[in-house]
Amino acid sequence: MSAATVADPRELIAFRIGEQEFCVDIRAVREIRGWAPATPLPQSPAYVKGVINLRGTVLPILDLGARLGFGPTTPSARHVIIVARIGMKTVGLLVEAVSDILTVSSETIQQTPDIACDTVRAFVRGVIAQEDGMISLIALDGLLPDSVAEAA
Amino acid sequence: MDPLEAIKATFFQECEELLADLETGLLAMEGGDSDPETVNAVFRAVHSVKGGAGAFGLEGLVRFAHVFETTLDGVRNGSLDPEPGLVAVMLRAADRLADHVSAAKAGTALAEAGDEPLVAALQTFCGEAASAGHDEAEPDFDFAPMAVSLGGDESSFTPMPVSDLGVLDVAEPVAAPAADGGWIIEFRPHPNLYRNANDALYLIRELARLGPVEAVLHDEAVPNLDAFDPAASYLGWTLLLDAAVSEDQVRGVFEFVDGDCDLTLRAVGSLSRPEETDAADEERAEAVAPVGEIAAEAPSEADPAILGADPSMPSLESLLAMAHGLAEETAPAGSGDAEVSDGEAGHDAPPSAPIPTSATVARAEPRERSAPGAASAAAPPFPAGGEALVQTTIRVDLERVDRLIDLVGELVINQAMLAQQVHEAGIVRSGNIALGLDDLEQLTREIQDSVMAIRAQPVKSVFQRMPRLVREVAGMTGKVVRLVTEGEATEVDKTVIERLSDPLTHMIRNAIDHGLEGPDAREAAGKPREGVIRLSAQHRSGRIVIEVADDGRGIDRARVKAIAVERGLIEADATLTDEEVDNLIFAPGFSTASEVSDISGRGVGMDVVKRSIQALGGRITITSVPGAGSTFSLSLPLTLAVLDGMVVTVGAQTLVVPITVIVETLRPKAADIRGLGPQGAVLAVRGSHVPLIDVGEALGFAPDPEGGAGVTLLVESELGGLAALRVDAILGQRQVVIKSLEQNYDQVLGIGAATILGDGRVALILDVDAVIALRRQTSARPLPLAQAS
Repeated sequence: MSAATVADPRELIAFRIGEQEFCVDIRAVREIRGWAPATPLPQSPAYVKGVINLRGTVLPILDLGARLGFGPTTPSARHVIIVARIGMKTVGLLVEAVSDILTVSSETIQQTPDIACDTVRAFVRGVIAQEDGMISLIALDGLLPDSVAEAA
Repeated sequence: MDPLEAIKATFFQECEELLADLETGLLAMEGGDSDPETVNAVFRAVHSVKGGAGAFGLEGLVRFAHVFETTLDGVRNGSLDPEPGLVAVMLRAADRLADHVSAAKAGTALAEAGDEPLVAALQTFCGEAASAGHDEAEPDFDFAPMAVSLGGDESSFTPMPVSDLGVLDVAEPVAAPAADGGWIIEFRPHPNLYRNANDALYLIRELARLGPVEAVLHDEAVPNLDAFDPAASYLGWTLLLDAAVSEDQVRGVFEFVDGDCDLTLRAVGSLSRPEETDAADEERAEAVAPVGEIAAEAPSEADPAILGADPSMPSLESLLAMAHGLAEETAPAGSGDAEVSDGEAGHDAPPSAPIPTSATVARAEPRERSAPGAASAAAPPFPAGGEALVQTTIRVDLERVDRLIDLVGELVINQAMLAQQVHEAGIVRSGNIALGLDDLEQLTREIQDSVMAIRAQPVKSVFQRMPRLVREVAGMTGKVVRLVTEGEATEVDKTVIERLSDPLTHMIRNAIDHGLEGPDAREAAGKPREGVIRLSAQHRSGRIVIEVADDGRGIDRARVKAIAVERGLIEADATLTDEEVDNLIFAPGFSTASEVSDISGRGVGMDVVKRSIQALGGRITITSVPGAGSTFSLSLPLTLAVLDGMVVTVGAQTLVVPITVIVETLRPKAADIRGLGPQGAVLAVRGSHVPLIDVGEALGFAPDPEGGAGVTLLVESELGGLAALRVDAILGQRQVVIKSLEQNYDQVLGIGAATILGDGRVALILDVDAVIALRRQTSARPLPLAQAS
C-alpha cells in the first residue's frame, strides 16, 4: 500500500531472518522495540505470536520468520519487534536484530526472480543486489491473516 | 432548538453510515461476494434508511427505498440472482437513495420522475414487481373520497388504517387537488394538544415549510391573571399559507394533533404572486392587524367547524379579500417565520412549550448552526432571551472526550503497575510511598468516574424519538396506542445510547404491530380500546435495564411454533418449553407478520435486535403472558470502556471473566464431576447437572500439569441456562479497561476483548457465551485423539 507509492530514493530497514536478509519500507515503520513476552491468542494462525501492550494499545505480534515459511522463531532478548503500519492496522513484526538502514533508488529494486514458491510470490515485492549478497523487499500488506487484511 | 430537528440531524448522521455500508456491501457483491451476511447487511442498510425516513414522513425517500428494498429482499431470499447487471442497477439505486437523503437533509424532495428509470429497472429484475404495482394501482381508489372533502369537516381526517404506507405515499402528490392560491387555516389547539407534548409553534413552523405563512394570533380568550389556568389553551391562530399545495399536505402538518385541535381549512382563490420586496415591518404590522380584528369579529371564529361548512359567510369573504390585500403587501419568503416566532415569544411560550432545559438548549443549538440549510431557514432561532445568556453547559467534540477517556485508562493501568512494582520492591505498607500510592489510587478512580460521567447521558435522547414513532405506527396499523415512558433520566454511556435507538425502534414497532390487538379485538377481550406500550429504564446492579412492555395479546406460542416448523427452524415434533418457544422469535428470518408491511418489515426485526444488543455486551429476554402482553427486557452495561471482571488463570495465561455472567464460584469435589459420553462432562450442583467446560481446552491453551481440579465458575449463558467453566485459579476481582482487539487485529472466537493488567501485560477478556458455543462445536466433531486410537 504505502510502500508501493514512488518516492526516490527510498529508505529501507534491513533485518535478518535466519541466513537471509530482508527489508521493509521505512515509511511504514513506527518504531523498533525489544522483545517482550506476548499473550497468546487462541484460534489464531501459528505465526501470530500473540498480543503485547504498546503504551496502552493492544498490538498483535507476527512471527515474520514463520510467516515467510522459515519455521517458528523462538524469541530471545536479542530479537526485536518492528512496529509497522499495515493499512489501518498497526502490527509488530518479530525479527532478529535490525542490521541496516539502506537508501536505494527505485531502479535498483529488481523484480522478484520467477521462482515457483508461493510464499515468495506473496510476500517479496522485489530484490536489491548488494555487494555481499541480496536483500528481499517485503510487501507488508500480505502479511496479516486474510480476515484481518480485509478489515484493514 | 427544535427537538425534532435534532433527532432528524441524528437520523441523517446515521443515514451517512448506512449509505456507506450499503455501498461497501454492493461493491463487495459486485466483486463476486455472495455471502448471505453481505446481502443481509445491504438489505438492512436500505431497510433502516427507509424506516427512519418513514418516521420523518419523507415520502419520496420511503417510496424509492421500498422498491429498492423489495428487490434486495428478492436477492436475500434467493429468488433473484445478484448478477452483475442487477448489482450495477442497485449501485445506481444506492446513489439515487443517497441523493434522496441529501435532498431530504436540505429540506427538499427529489422529483419522482427521476426515480422512474431506476424503479423500472429494479422492477424488471423483480419480474412481476408485485409490491410496486400494488403501490401504484391502489391509491387512486383509496384516495378519491379524501380529495372531495375539500374544506370539509374533521371526520374526513381521522387517521386511516392504512396497512401499506405506499398507498399514502403515491396518492398524495397525484390525487389530491392543490389550491393554487393557498389556504386559510383556522387553528385552535385544545389543551390536550399541549398535554400530548405537541406545540403549536412547531406545527406552524412545519406549515411554513410548505410556503410563506402569515399567522394572526387570537389571544382574546386569554383571561386575567387571577383566572389564568396554566394548563388551559387560550390561543388560536388564523394562518394564511401562500402556497399552491394540496389539502392533504396541509392536513398532513396537523396529522398528529388530529382531534386535539379545531382545524378548518379554506382554499383561497387564485392569489397573485407578490413580488419579493423588502417590505418594512411597520407596513406588515399594519396589514396584519386588521386581519386579526376581522377574524376576531367573525361570529364563527369560536366555532370553526361552521366556518368551514358554510363557505358563503360574509365575514369569511371579507377575510379572504383582506388576505388578498395582505399577500400583495408582504414579502413571502421568510416573513411568515418571523411572525410565527414573534408570536411565540410574545404570547405563546408559557402555556405551550415545556421550557427546554439548559442541557438540551446547549446541545441542539450548535447543531442547528452547523447545519444551516433547511433547519435554520424553517426554524429561526428564538429571539435572544434569558436562555441564551445563562450557559451552564459547553459543547465539546466527542473525540476530545474519547481521548481523555483513553488517557485516563492509561493512568489507571499505570497506577496499578506502579503499585505492583512498589509492592514487589518490598516497601513497607505504612511508609510514605505506600500512603501516597493509596491516595493516587483513590484519585485515579475518582478521575475515571468523573470522566465516564462526561459521556453518560440520559436515555431521554433515545426515548424522545419514540412517541412520534408510536403515533406513526399506530396510524398505519389503525391501532390506538398510548406510550408511557419511565426513567428517562437514567444515564448511560453515549456509545450505548447511540446504539440503542435502532433496537428500540424495532422493538416498539414490533410491539405495536404484532403485540397489540386492534381496538375492536381489545374491546372483545375486555380490555380498554387503547393499548399501552410501556418503555422504561432503570439502573439495576451496575447495568441499565430497559423494558419494552405491551398489554397486548402476548405471544401466540402455538403460532410461533407452527411458523418455526414451517421455516425449518425446529423439528415438527420438537418439545419446547414456553421460554424456548418465546425465544424462537429471535431466530434469524423469523417473522410472524404474514404480509409484508412497511412497519415491521420482513423479519429483520428481532434477530437484528438481539445481535445488536449482544454486540453491546447486553442481553435480551422476553416474558410473555398469553392475553396480557409481552415484556422485552434489555440488560446493558453502563459503559463500554470499563468492565468489572474476575481475574483467573488458565494454564500459564491470565484471563478476565466478566463478573456479570458469573453466578457463583465453586471448588468441586472430584466426585461431583461426572463424565457424559467420551469427552463431555457435567458438574453436579445441588442435585442438578450443568455442562462443564474446561476453558483452557476450549481455547486450546496448554493445560497446567499442576492445575488439579481447579475452580469452577458457574456462569449464566445467553439463553439463561447455566454452565460451569473450569479454570485453574482465581486471582481476584477488579475493574479493567476494555481494549479492542479488532483495532489492530481481528475478532477472536471466544475472546470478547483485551485489557492490560497491573504487570503491563495484555490479558484477554473471555466471551463466555462464545466459549460455550465453541465447546459445543468442538464436541460435536470427532476429536483427533479419538481418530488416532
